[in-house]
Amino acid sequence: MDNMNALLDGFAAILTPGNLLIALIGVTIGTAVGMLPGLGTAMAIALLLPITYGMEPTQAFIMFGGIFYGGMYGGSTTAILLNTPGQSSSVVTVLEGYKMARNGRGGQALATAAIGSFVAGTIATVALVFVTPITVDFAIGLGAPEYFAIMVLALVATASVLGTSRVRGFASLLLGLVIGTIGIDAVTGQQRLTYGVPELANGIDIVVVAVGAFAVGEALWTAARRRNGKDEVVPVGRVWMGRSDWRRSWGPWLRGSALGFPFGAVPAGGAEVPTFLSYVTERRLSKHKQEFGNGAIEGVAGPEAANNASAAGTLVPMLALGLPCNATAAVMLAAFQTYGIQPGPLLFANESALVWTLIAGLFVGNAMLLVLNMPLIPIWVKLLRIPKPYLFAGILFFASMGAYATSGQPFELYILLALGLIGLGMRRFGIPMLPMIVGVILGPMAERQARMSLQLSGGDLSGLVGGPVSWTVYGIIALIALWPLAALVRRRTARDREPEPASAG
Amino acid sequence: MTGEHDAATAETGAEDRAADRVPENGPAEHDAAETAPAPRDLAQLWVCGFLAVLGVLVIVDAARLGGFSASNDPIGPKPVPIILGILLFAVAACYAVSVLRGGHGEDGGAHAGERFDATTVGLLCAVFTANALLIDWLGWVISGSLLFWGSAIVLGSRRYLLTLAAAAVLGLATFYGFAIGLGLALPAGVLQGIL
Repeated sequence: MDNMNALLDGFAAILTPGNLLIALIGVTIGTAVGMLPGLGTAMAIALLLPITYGMEPTQAFIMFGGIFYGGMYGGSTTAILLNTPGQSSSVVTVLEGYKMARNGRGGQALATAAIGSFVAGTIATVALVFVTPITVDFAIGLGAPEYFAIMVLALVATASVLGTSRVRGFASLLLGLVIGTIGIDAVTGQQRLTYGVPELANGIDIVVVAVGAFAVGEALWTAARRRNGKDEVVPVGRVWMGRSDWRRSWGPWLRGSALGFPFGAVPAGGAEVPTFLSYVTERRLSKHKQEFGNGAIEGVAGPEAANNASAAGTLVPMLALGLPCNATAAVMLAAFQTYGIQPGPLLFANESALVWTLIAGLFVGNAMLLVLNMPLIPIWVKLLRIPKPYLFAGILFFASMGAYATSGQPFELYILLALGLIGLGMRRFGIPMLPMIVGVILGPMAERQARMSLQLSGGDLSGLVGGPVSWTVYGIIALIALWPLAALVRRRTARDREPEPASAG
Repeated sequence: MTGEHDAATAETGAEDRAADRVPENGPAEHDAAETAPAPRDLAQLWVCGFLAVLGVLVIVDAARLGGFSASNDPIGPKPVPIILGILLFAVAACYAVSVLRGGHGEDGGAHAGERFDATTVGLLCAVFTANALLIDWLGWVISGSLLFWGSAIVLGSRRYLLTLAAAAVLGLATFYGFAIGLGLALPAGVLQGIL
């Protein structure tokens, strides 16, 4: 019950006019940035991180809580009205959502996405409150070798499970690991990969990496495709849900939340798999199967709930283990680090008040979004009508401002541009961005754990393999690595078997 | 390793189908990717080259590092970059094989045939670089406004004066709001003392 009291204290901390105002600013900016095509929640936090440098940690995290849910909320609006999934987790929402909008049911699609996000967000945040302390109890007994194993699992899994091509996932991951290596080695003080450039000695800030790859990359990508068609915003009607919409939505919301949270909470479970599973489940269970493919409300309600629940789920490994498994969590972790706070098992003991305020902030932000944004959707939609030149000029403007402010040196701007060009290349060649972002932040952490393990074993390589936990984790890694081989064998055997019935018939 | 990409696509095939269905009503550029199998996109070999060059850079730098070990750090800073370098070569090779076998990235190679507007990208980079060069001298208000104005013009805005006004407002507002209000490190430059 200690946790409940701590959470109530968190609510007490947040329910002051000043903090509520900060939460309100957070959800507003989060929604706005989340709506911009090609950007997302991670981007919103990365762009705002420099602005919060002057705030108290508590206030900054209240704001991040708001941005977190606001960003996801904004992303679904773009998916439904523009037919562009802002992030890979909205791909499934686009399927039915855009069709609904085309059929004049955009208001209902947005409403079910918004209420579903609220329901899923609330359920998942409650689950977070109960699951995170259990995870902490488990994590407190883990040593450096186990941490190393879990981090390797997270890295391998983000690179290979998500996306459609493993080799591209690993290319992105390695790029991130190399960027993470740049700078002074924390143990020996030697400079790595700086090539004598003094400004690189402190390494490349994750914020600059995220803003460069996402925001500047997106702006350059828009420039590259300037003459390739236009996005069309579908008009929304009134945002409301009829009785039959409610009846058809509540089941998918609950099932989506149940699917999303566990996937998010597992390192590198991601949002893609649960959103897709939710879609398939709803199609199977629906009484309106014929509507699927033509705008079935279940196909928006379920995946959107799954998306939100999994996003909240990713906070479990982030807070309890210090393990970021998606871009948003990676940027949030960087935010913790800027305040000199290291997420992990000790976080709940050392910074209890801060963590519970953050969690309370999630509840408050989520509720604010529902109350404020449902009636305001038509106004938000206007944001999608901003002409692209102004939109992206503004994005470049704010990206430059944030990057410059991380160190107060123009050098950051060159790094930002270089990463923007990398982001442009990754978009052009369909290379996933997430493994890179996770690699930048998790790579150096994994190296530190590995070197700590070897230090404990006196340099003996067996020190990297600790107790049963790391054996299990390495087993899972082997399974992930060997899975394509198994699939290949299965396919080969299936192909060999195929001609038989033909010759028999 | 040659079957890596194909196996991976088989594994995530279910998601592929979901992703493939998205563009049905989408912009015309996706249609080509849907009806015909995407042609081999050999431009992807640039990525392989980039990865290999990066591998060389990483290993050359690692070789320079002193390979000493201390009691509190048995392996030193060297092994990690060397492992990364080797992995970079391996991934570059697998990537090349995947490309030659007709593999493509997340969006099914939809952008392979698209016109790549290098002029606009180049101009945008120039505007961006100009801001980096001028920011300390002219200050954020002027250089940031120029950045906004230049980017908007490059990206196709034709309302020169209106854009300039918007740029100036943004520059001043962010400077007063963030630099003076929130203590963000933005330079005043030549306007020092005026702002």
